[in-house]
Amino acid sequence: MCLAVPGRVVEIAERDGTRMAVVDFGGVVKDVCLEYLPDLAVGEYAIVHVGFALQRLDEESARRTLALFAELGLLQEEFGDPWEAAADAGPRGEAKP
Amino acid sequence: MRYLEEFSDPALARGLLDDIRAAVTRPWALMEVCGGQTHTIIRHGIDQLLPEGIELIHGPGCPVCVTPLEIIDKALEIAARPGVIFCSFGDMLRVPGSDRDLFRVRSEGGDVRVVYSPLDALRIARENPDREVVFFGIGFETTAPPNAMTVHQARRHGIRNFSMLVSHVRVPPAIEAVMTSPDCRVQGFLAAGHVCSVMGVDEYPELAARHRVPIVVTGFEPLDILEGIRRTVRQLERGEHTVDNAYPRAVRPEGNPAARAMLADVFEVTDRAWRGIGTIPRSGWRLSPRYREQDAEHRFDVAGISTREPERCRSGEVLQGLLKPNQCEAFGGECTPRTPLGATMVSSEGACAAYYLYRRLGAPATPQEATPVV
Amino acid sequence: MSDADTLTTIAPDPSGWTCPAPLRDSPRVVMGHGGGGALSAELVENVFLPAFGGRTLAALGDSAALSLGGARLAFSTDSFVVRPLFFPGGCIGDLAVNGTVNDLAMSGARAAYLSCAFILEEGVETSVVGRIAGALGDAARAAGVEVVTGDTKVVESGRGDGVYVNTAGIGLIPPGVDIRPQRARPGDVVLLSGEIGLHGVAVMSMRQGLEFGVEIESDCAALGGLVDAMLAVTPDLHVLRDPTRGGLAAALNEIAAAAGAGVVVDERAVPVPPQVASACAVLGLDPMYVANEGKLVAFVPREHADGVLAAMRAHPLGAAAAVIGACVPDHPGMVVARTAFGGTRVVDLPLGEQLPRIC
Repeated sequence: MCLAVPGRVVEIAERDGTRMAVVDFGGVVKDVCLEYLPDLAVGEYAIVHVGFALQRLDEESARRTLALFAELGLLQEEFGDPWEAAADAGPRGEAKP
Repeated sequence: MRYLEEFSDPALARGLLDDIRAAVTRPWALMEVCGGQTHTIIRHGIDQLLPEGIELIHGPGCPVCVTPLEIIDKALEIAARPGVIFCSFGDMLRVPGSDRDLFRVRSEGGDVRVVYSPLDALRIARENPDREVVFFGIGFETTAPPNAMTVHQARRHGIRNFSMLVSHVRVPPAIEAVMTSPDCRVQGFLAAGHVCSVMGVDEYPELAARHRVPIVVTGFEPLDILEGIRRTVRQLERGEHTVDNAYPRAVRPEGNPAARAMLADVFEVTDRAWRGIGTIPRSGWRLSPRYREQDAEHRFDVAGISTREPERCRSGEVLQGLLKPNQCEAFGGECTPRTPLGATMVSSEGACAAYYLYRRLGAPATPQEATPVV
Repeated sequence: MSDADTLTTIAPDPSGWTCPAPLRDSPRVVMGHGGGGALSAELVENVFLPAFGGRTLAALGDSAALSLGGARLAFSTDSFVVRPLFFPGGCIGDLAVNGTVNDLAMSGARAAYLSCAFILEEGVETSVVGRIAGALGDAARAAGVEVVTGDTKVVESGRGDGVYVNTAGIGLIPPGVDIRPQRARPGDVVLLSGEIGLHGVAVMSMRQGLEFGVEIESDCAALGGLVDAMLAVTPDLHVLRDPTRGGLAAALNEIAAAAGAGVVVDERAVPVPPQVASACAVLGLDPMYVANEGKLVAFVPREHADGVLAAMRAHPLGAAAAVIGACVPDHPGMVVARTAFGGTRVVDLPLGEQLPRIC
């Protein structure tokens, strides 16, 4: 369940006693309820699902994850990469335009 | 950092795939629990890139698809009533009940509206005080907090013409049900990251230990899926079975405490039928008695509607990897994406629907069976 | 309906078909019947084709190709029911011109004359009608087409959606040009004239219940000039299609089905603007299924592909044109996408309208 998308808080305001934010999703802007992340600040990113911010995104751990992925790639380069040729051939012959 | 494209960079997939390939010494069957993850896998053809022997068993699909027939029938009955504005997430409109779907109710004069957020339904209720506005509150633990907040606000603001038809489902009991099946083939789980964003991970260590099965909290972008698979396979190869968080940027061990508190206030745990699968104990949430006023089942008196899940549907076995979809007698005849019997055919990513689509491609009947790249 | 001409000889003969078959599971019309997907196709096949007969209609092109007094004409009609009436980058007025002009252009014809019928709802401000008419006139002049006949009807308040517009158009098909979906051949190169999803996302951003802010405009435009530029390279274009309702996915599926050939698309080559990608990510949609109103997809013999692509890129409406795939002998009738990760997926014909999803 799971169509939850990262967005950046642009603006915060109370509306009808509810904490709401304007959130930017890469050029698409929507109103989002902040009641579950009341201390989320302008400029921060959160996972948003059906108009609710559900969890703050942690930049530090995102960077660590990406660094790990990059490291795995480098490791492989050292040993040569048998995958590349196979990937270029496509999973099935016919699939190559 | 936008937390999106960075995690779907094909260049970074290679290292992950190579590491998985280097680790695998024997076949493993993993289940991704969430339909959103299945969607990513099929959308990007990720299963075709995995080394031979790594089998992905698609989990119960999305909560839309597992919503029991009986609740759909109740929704259709309520939506067809004059004076009702029935609001729903878009994916629910096409899900068939016993003899029709919400599209058809709309074509017969029902006022059925697609909303993005449950709060949109509450706004519609405010704008239409002389109409009964009902929201179809379905979903896993991710969608439950938004729905809970909406019900809570309706009561707090005294919006009396708003109610919710609730059929929430919970992931851990579903994992339990899969694992306790006598012929279970699943050896490791990719747990649904956004469910854990809300609920945290404390329900899982006990499950992992008791069933001796690794559970890896996994995100939804292509690289997240590969990382979830990589960590699960590493554990399996080492004989480990712990809970691991491969989605730390969005999942804290405690989840979202404010959301969990709201869930505890608004909902109570109940047994829940899963479409085509059957009843799983304590696998659902319903509105607690404190919110009886906001409960559409109560307000519209649809308790008399009871629908049995079709016995011909064997999606429970398909979900556990015990049966290939085309081994089911109903497959392709009685049961098609247009006339589905169970969850796995309702969802376009469900195992049966994918089988139905991909068999037209010829030899490889499903993505899983396609020749792996290496 | 005119007699069939040589252009439609491979179309099935509808005289052998049975009476209108009941729609399998829809006793009433649902929105999906207008969505340009499988349900629309069923309605046409099961209800309209058997009732109307006629070999020309059975060719099911965007426009009909007719022989009349020695001339080869393209003839097409389209109704416009867009909501909201005004959207970023256009309104129902210019849409009504460009939609029909483009349907004609997809058979290689340059639109010459249009008819225009308005169905107005009682209570609509005349200034709104005026703005729409103005936009319609401007679009017609820009496309080099003349509105020569028209009609106006008014329906009671509550029985319409403000303004509906129907246009029909005719144009001449140049000699030696035979463009229709059935002519797609394995080996053809598939070209796309630019970025997808702009119109659909622009309109969706204003739809009640979904509203979102986005700096994006509909790509609504008349494609006659672009097609002329392509035909100047070679008259032997096999297929042109404007991927409107149902998006690129529906257009490619229709071509694959009509030609009995397979289509393979390289997903990385399909240009998707970042805002379209973002809107689709938020709503759970696939850009391949989102509507366009100023794009075309072309199936071109391999030997002409480079020349046609260069001509497209030299035209303002084809500046971002790209080779996106090929027609193949495998999986006839199916469209398969090669993903950025090197996997493949089936791009199915959409059933009806695409809805935002939560999972």
